[in-house]
Amino acid sequence: MSFLTRRGWISAVVMALLAVLPPVFFLTGNAFYLDLATRLSILAIAAVSLNLILGYGGLVSFGHAAFVGLGAYAVGIPAHHWLYGGLDFLATTSGFVQVPLAVAVTALFALITGAVCLRTKGVYFIMITMAFAQMIYYLIVSIEEYGGDDGLVIDTRSELPLIDLDNPLQLFGLAYVSLLVAMLLVRMITRSRFGMVLQGAKGNEERMVTLGFNIYAYRLTAYVISGAMCGYAGALLGNFTTFISPEMMDWSRSGELMFMVILGGAATTLGPVLGAIAFIVVEEILSSFTIYWHLPFGLMLMGVVLFARGGLMGLLRGRREDGE
Amino acid sequence: MDLSLLIIQALNGVQLGLLLFLVASGLTLVFGILDFVNLAHGSLYMLGAFICASLTFLFGNFLWAVLVALPLTGGIGYLVERFVARPLYARNHLDHVLGTFGLILVLDTLAHLIWGPAGIAVPLPHWLDGQIALTETLVIPSFRLLIIGAGLTAAAGLFWLVNYTRLGMLIRAGASNRTMVAALGIDIQTLFALVFALGAMLAGLAGMLIAPITEASIGMGNSIIITAFVVIIVGGIGSMKGAFIAAILIGLIDTMGRSFLDDIFKLAMSPEAAETSAPAVSAMLIYIIMALVLALRPQGLFPPRTR
Amino acid sequence: MNAVLDISGLNKSFGGIKATDDLNLSVRAGELHAVIGPNGAGKTTLISQLTGMQKPDSGRIRFKGRDITAMAPYSRAHLGIARSFQITSLILEMSVLDNIALALQAREGHSFRFIRPAHALTRLRAEALALLDRVGLADKADQPTVALSHGEHRHMEIAIALASKAELMLLDEPMAGLGIEESAQMVELLRAIKGRHTILLIEHDMDAVFALADRISVLVYGHIIATGSPDEIRGNEAVQHAYLGEE
Repeated sequence: MSFLTRRGWISAVVMALLAVLPPVFFLTGNAFYLDLATRLSILAIAAVSLNLILGYGGLVSFGHAAFVGLGAYAVGIPAHHWLYGGLDFLATTSGFVQVPLAVAVTALFALITGAVCLRTKGVYFIMITMAFAQMIYYLIVSIEEYGGDDGLVIDTRSELPLIDLDNPLQLFGLAYVSLLVAMLLVRMITRSRFGMVLQGAKGNEERMVTLGFNIYAYRLTAYVISGAMCGYAGALLGNFTTFISPEMMDWSRSGELMFMVILGGAATTLGPVLGAIAFIVVEEILSSFTIYWHLPFGLMLMGVVLFARGGLMGLLRGRREDGE
Repeated sequence: MDLSLLIIQALNGVQLGLLLFLVASGLTLVFGILDFVNLAHGSLYMLGAFICASLTFLFGNFLWAVLVALPLTGGIGYLVERFVARPLYARNHLDHVLGTFGLILVLDTLAHLIWGPAGIAVPLPHWLDGQIALTETLVIPSFRLLIIGAGLTAAAGLFWLVNYTRLGMLIRAGASNRTMVAALGIDIQTLFALVFALGAMLAGLAGMLIAPITEASIGMGNSIIITAFVVIIVGGIGSMKGAFIAAILIGLIDTMGRSFLDDIFKLAMSPEAAETSAPAVSAMLIYIIMALVLALRPQGLFPPRTR
Repeated sequence: MNAVLDISGLNKSFGGIKATDDLNLSVRAGELHAVIGPNGAGKTTLISQLTGMQKPDSGRIRFKGRDITAMAPYSRAHLGIARSFQITSLILEMSVLDNIALALQAREGHSFRFIRPAHALTRLRAEALALLDRVGLADKADQPTVALSHGEHRHMEIAIALASKAELMLLDEPMAGLGIEESAQMVELLRAIKGRHTILLIEHDMDAVFALADRISVLVYGHIIATGSPDEIRGNEAVQHAYLGEE
């Protein structure tokens, strides 16, 4: 038996290329591709997190962009106060405060909203996750101090020991390593006993309840983990763009994340990364032709839905990883 | 607290509620009867507004524009049903959601292409642009009265249609037993297309009515759709009565909340705390209500009777 | 005689239809108690209330003396109640062994364990394999569940019920959809596990019922009209009435 399965080899190659190519481009004067790769890695972390509950758990959350946005604001708001004063206890650019804050806030939000959402099923669940995401959007926009509609410009990155986030290579490095960790974390969780319960519930909820599993509790836990990981991705995103916009939490962002997960291969480790790559590539190519790139993009999405074998649910249920 | 301000805001709340009902009714009709989740319903609201705006400039008359824009919007609704919804009926709700999400992107960009990125203000004729004095101190813009009147008329019309006409009976029958109705020789496809077009017209009408006040703009559909979801969740998915009551309730709570929450908070906390927290809480208010309803009565306030 | 399961005065209506009508039933420890009845008698509703998926309008369900009428479904398994499904309810995406292993996993405390891969739990998986062996499916352990035949799925259902080490097994039409040979196999399987468990068997297949049951209850329009030994039931006029419908 070879060391890695075929799928494992593909994953290794893709991740290796992702680690090596962007820095090479940067060092040869093409900073653009490094930036693209950084953004890609951050989006991929969010997609990997969503995959935990969507791909493995079968929970169609249309509100995950809210976690990303909250994480970004958890970086932006302390930085804003540090730059412009007010709320001294929160004013800081220390990464050791901002990142844990991002994770804590999003975990709490996931816990509260998940507790409500997970009592519902099917289309209700979808609608309610959208509604809660929109709620956060309106909340943020209503706070004038943090820029409202226009968003928050902070122009300064988190202070971390040993790493200078103002250096694009190091920022990419952090994003990439975070992505690797996220992938391994999700892989570990889904292969564990917890993961088996989650996947079992996706396959047949009534059976799992009859066996004696309190499915609600397991799903809520997965939801919180997923939300917190997305929050971390948001913290990275805030550091990358240094411009925190409420648009980051718009529910259409959630739709994009969902497509990444489903198209790339739900319930696989590499799938969300492939989905993120595909999304970024399509976005770049299409937008180089026209600023109206949402039109062909939307048509593509519709095409996928209309022509995918077994529909998206078929794609969602389709493949299992080798060795399961 | 000023009584006339209270009444005016209450009327504004009712107005918002009626508009919400127009949008939500189409959504709940399509979901209740066709079992189809149409995220792009908000885009129909937006297209109604834009088409009416263009026609107003073309005809020079707002009312004629509305009369012509309505069937046009219905026609677009029919096209959506025919080419997007119909192939997806047999599929899962997830497919509906993501398919219509793609459709939103397409329609939003088309709107951008046709009407440009900025919003379009819709001019009203003089006689609609004035104010009406309800009492000595109470003055409201006459257009708002028109909106309330139009909304109530549409609601009454819907109620009559669903409960007292043959079409309404078919709609209700189709909702509970599709195969049976089809077996009776009724053309389910035409029925569904009609329902979809009707829903589109209702949403479009709401857009046309709001456009003179807030402009026709590209994002307007995406925000109203979520509020419409909240309405039908609170009211009970598939229930017209629920949609109506929930819409009025939510319209009132949202409007009054934004106006008076800081005053209410000031009764319990310092003015500064009230001023900072009130806008935030009022922004979240209707979602908190939705969460409460879900916690206490998950099927909604007035769920339709299950078969 | 100690009753493992005691149902008294159970009532459940849906709209105008009374699906469960003053239902009284007692299942003794160690017996195989069959419930038979014409179609539409309310067997599914009875099972739903026993598993907790539906709440009765009134009445009591007692398990080993404890009132479980309002208990959450997932808690009942921990008391020792297992259930097999009439319409095969397996996790099709997982392997045969995984399905059984999950059932075993459910009995071992909570599963909020995130680190060790489930496939590395050798003891658990060995036990699952042993159970598969008991129902004759050991050689199919690693196959995806979806690849097995209907009869094999029904055997998996029994294995899962056994995995829960339950005192009370609710078997909902285990013979459903089985051919003659497969039915005979299933009867043998049930005969082999009888005695070590208390079994409430809901079934249509009369041959199986009369071959296996210690006692039989007859369910008609949501009400138990007769309970007794197979001979008693065979000779009971009211029962014949209900099945043949003579007025």
